[in-house]
Amino acid sequence: MKILVCISNVPDTTSKITFTNNNASFNENGIQFIINPYDEIALAKAIGLAANGNGKVTVLNVGEVSTEPTIRKALACGADEAVRIDAAPRDAWFVANQIADYVRTNPYDLILTGRESIDYNGAQVQSYVAELLSLPSVAIAKKLDITDNEATIEREIEGGKEVLTVNLPVVVGTAEGVAEPKIPNVRGIMDARKKPLNVIPPIEVTQLSKITSFESPVPRGTVNLIDKEQVNQLVELLHSEAKVI
Amino acid sequence: MSVLVYIENIEGTFKKSGFEAVSYAKTIAGLLGEEVNALSIGAVPPAELEKLAQYGADKVIKIENDQLKQFINQAYAQLIANVAKSTGAKTIILSNTFNGKGLAPRIAVKLDAVLCDGAINIPAIAGDVWTIKKSVFSSKAIATEELKAAVKVIALTPNSVETKEAPVPAQIETFQSELLSNDLATTIQEIVRATDKVSLPDATIVVSAGRGMKGPENWRIIEELADVLGAATACSKPVSDAGWRPHAEHVGQTGLAVSPNLYIAIGISGAIQHLAGVSSSKTIVVINKDPDAPFFKVADYGIVGDAFEIVPKLTEAIKAFKN
Repeated sequence: MKILVCISNVPDTTSKITFTNNNASFNENGIQFIINPYDEIALAKAIGLAANGNGKVTVLNVGEVSTEPTIRKALACGADEAVRIDAAPRDAWFVANQIADYVRTNPYDLILTGRESIDYNGAQVQSYVAELLSLPSVAIAKKLDITDNEATIEREIEGGKEVLTVNLPVVVGTAEGVAEPKIPNVRGIMDARKKPLNVIPPIEVTQLSKITSFESPVPRGTVNLIDKEQVNQLVELLHSEAKVI
Repeated sequence: MSVLVYIENIEGTFKKSGFEAVSYAKTIAGLLGEEVNALSIGAVPPAELEKLAQYGADKVIKIENDQLKQFINQAYAQLIANVAKSTGAKTIILSNTFNGKGLAPRIAVKLDAVLCDGAINIPAIAGDVWTIKKSVFSSKAIATEELKAAVKVIALTPNSVETKEAPVPAQIETFQSELLSNDLATTIQEIVRATDKVSLPDATIVVSAGRGMKGPENWRIIEELADVLGAATACSKPVSDAGWRPHAEHVGQTGLAVSPNLYIAIGISGAIQHLAGVSSSKTIVVINKDPDAPFFKVADYGIVGDAFEIVPKLTEAIKAFKN
């Protein structure tokens, strides 16, 4: 089984998010970049499925040369090879077109992404890729099992869960529950240096949208602390002031 | 021309987020001088379909088809695109729900449209270029985005606009559309839905608890508070990681992002990753025994004290208030 895992290079979850260039650009100064946490779940699942000679895992990133440490980390976790499509990941539409174009000439049985990236939170790439390739997809999977040529997937729905089956190839966005993220060991880190990392040029994609500025959410006022013996007062304020009950 | 809004149903019933989408579509249609067509797919009773007219849907289009008893994103996206083409819609609106996330990009590809996912406001319209806001960096920031293609797909974040009644006479039409077998490649085996609980993404009030609860056996007081408020229950990442509560309840940067009217955080310290997923809640109440818990800095109301003492008292006070 050939498995493609698409990863994003995103700011660490503890990052303070600020902007530069008159609030038009994200301020990368001092930011530690990591594999998007949901993509780590996809990667761990792929490595598990491919273990014991059952398959081969390719990790793909659309990014400039600065993302290579993140890609090497994915290789250290156990992916067999990597592809970097050499372009700044302008938006989800751009990234999805690069992935779809690569897959058209390099077919895979299973294409995994995280459910969304924690920077732009779009959850678009997996469904774009599936549509561009006319493949079935699950946007947010909580469990994933493969038997022969069939995937059994549990996905979240409002108020519950749904279990579905679908023949491979399929595109799946993975969420918590699919696998536990892997931490690379020393051997993995050594091996990763020797694994292939192919850099390929991007294709042209028409730009349909553009982020023109960012703003930080309006800060809240000072907290109104209520005495623990005066719980009634909180109920009254939630009713008359906040108007939420 | 018309604005097309797709309304998802859950076992034949529309949710609040669906009516928000109709109200949102109505406002945009007003700016464009267009009508609103509301599309429903699957078996929905006529009385429920008529509710869409209460929020201003000039026409309700329904597709009922035995193949479509359950949601398959490929098939639903094809039908929504077919209706958009046949009604000449250049604006397609849907809710950014679990199903909506799987649909919106597919619809956009089929219609050569630009997609704005997770929109939180009414766009400013200047000809074909629309300017719209959406939440990014797990709610740590808001982005202003320009949408430049002639056809737009907008996935609206639930709870970000109000529902507004704007009744028009109900006019229901049936749309016939063929599906290709490729669109039906997925087979639904099982659906499990807890119908006695408020679903988290749709909840207007969320009662959330963290490690301060000390163990899963102590969640009864959280559930009782949620019950009396008609709220959904949620939890922090360490709680779901420890298996005290299901992953589906985890809110925060790597879990679900929620923006209810009221978020009550009990025994959650307020790590930046947790705050990211909840900071767009309209009102935040924090109950924590540590007065230095970072969560107090982003809360509207707080009580410093022992959750095991305060939460039952709060439940009783709300019960008394509701009577």
